[in-house]
Amino acid sequence: MILTKLKRTIKSGVISFYRNGSVSLASVLILTVTLTVITMVLFSGVVLSSTLETIKNKVDVDIYFTKGATEDAILAFANDVKKNPDIADVKYISQDQAYQNFKERHKDNEATIQALTEIGDNPLPASINVKAADPNKYDTIVTFLKDKESALGENNIIDKINYTEKNQQAIASLNRIINASNRLGLLIVIFFAIVSILITFNTVRLAIYIFREEVSVMRLVGASETYIRAPFVTVGILYGLVGAIVTALILLPITHYAGNWTEKLGTGVNLFSFFTQNIFSITLMLIVLGSVLGSISSFLAIKKYLKV
Amino acid sequence: MLKFNDVTKLYHTGDVAVKNINIHIKPKEFVSIVGHSGAGKTTLLKLILAEEGPTEGTVTFEDINIHELKKSYINQYRRRVGTVFQDFRLLPDKTAYENVAFAMEAAGRADEEIENDVPHALDLVGLKHKMHSFPDELSGGEKQRVAIARAIVNQPDMIIADEPTGNLDPVNTYEIIQLLKKVNDLGTTILLTTHNVGVIDNLGRRVITIKDGEVALDSHEGKYIL
Repeated sequence: MILTKLKRTIKSGVISFYRNGSVSLASVLILTVTLTVITMVLFSGVVLSSTLETIKNKVDVDIYFTKGATEDAILAFANDVKKNPDIADVKYISQDQAYQNFKERHKDNEATIQALTEIGDNPLPASINVKAADPNKYDTIVTFLKDKESALGENNIIDKINYTEKNQQAIASLNRIINASNRLGLLIVIFFAIVSILITFNTVRLAIYIFREEVSVMRLVGASETYIRAPFVTVGILYGLVGAIVTALILLPITHYAGNWTEKLGTGVNLFSFFTQNIFSITLMLIVLGSVLGSISSFLAIKKYLKV
Repeated sequence: MLKFNDVTKLYHTGDVAVKNINIHIKPKEFVSIVGHSGAGKTTLLKLILAEEGPTEGTVTFEDINIHELKKSYINQYRRRVGTVFQDFRLLPDKTAYENVAFAMEAAGRADEEIENDVPHALDLVGLKHKMHSFPDELSGGEKQRVAIARAIVNQPDMIIADEPTGNLDPVNTYEIIQLLKKVNDLGTTILLTTHNVGVIDNLGRRVITIKDGEVALDSHEGKYIL
């Protein structure tokens, strides 16, 4: 019986959707715009976060050691540094590894490789690469490393501590941009959500008016409150559902176009790959959001205009 | 079955719609309510259908005060009262079958019951052969027959027919009244409102005359004052 009632309710909702043709289209359109905007805000968050991660990964401190420094001494220093809780990772790059890395990096530059070969002896120093647990802590880490260097005194094996503050500033700026864009995104989403609820509210109101004869007959034959109201909730959900599917379809070409562009910008993410990899969860999110927006509109319209 | 106990209904303007109404309708009765326009007939029907509540007094159906029923029980109560109106109130985009089936669907009946009962109800009103016709393909009399089929399909205890012949020619009027009598013979109480004295004379059943919101005459011999 529940299935029969559900079938009848969905049928009434679908009939209302078609009979209300052009106005239904307006609701679907505004819900599509709203859901597209919400997804764009989500995507911009993904792109900005990915960009931040990419930049964060590029920030590190390199400590170059003197030519006379033994591997044991360097590793002992590295192990000592690793104990600092602000440091996430310490990677040792031996002289040989540095030589191989250099050759690999300049494999297309014959002149440079030729020059390196002519020197004969490996001129590159051993080093350790230090990554912070929190990119905001690099200043503290550099101070810590400099203190360590001073503490070594006459046994100092450190030649140079290499750290660029510009990366740190870029991270801070990007963090500010992300925070600002999150706030702006939230405001835009709220604005579009309100507009779509208002438009869908009026569409459902019109549907209630168009179906007034049916409602009157339903009342007279003793239909339950739920039976009378359910088709209007269904039609609201239907607007959201169709809006969500249309949005998902629109996003395919948009992300396809924007995908390569976001990758080339060095954001570390291809929007199209992100969308296709998460297509089911994103579509599900759109369907849930669309249905929620549609049913809120229906609920408000029914409460105001459908007296049972 | 249905009792009006000292019922008075005042509109919010203070105007009297009906005053001190005392009526008792027994099961299987065929009662006509007559009166001029504005006499209070429609108010009585709205009170019976629980569309409006009385200012004073009570309206009871099988000793239950219908205006004290919770919303969900009002729905169940309305399923026991079929309604037929002068303007038919058929849904134009549904066939005769669908219009009748709609009443059963709204009452929460199963598909098998609907498939079984709707043709039977249409057969009873003589329209089985037009079950797939839309209202605009039917004559006035046929539309009213579909409305009667819709009213009886949920097997109500009582049918309220509000001026059911108001839009019909004499032949169709006669046929509709005969149909209502047939439904009454099958055990359903009928409450009919009309101005048509010919109908009342032909029926020869109980007639309640309403004048200025009050019962002017309640005659079991079919007498009335107009």
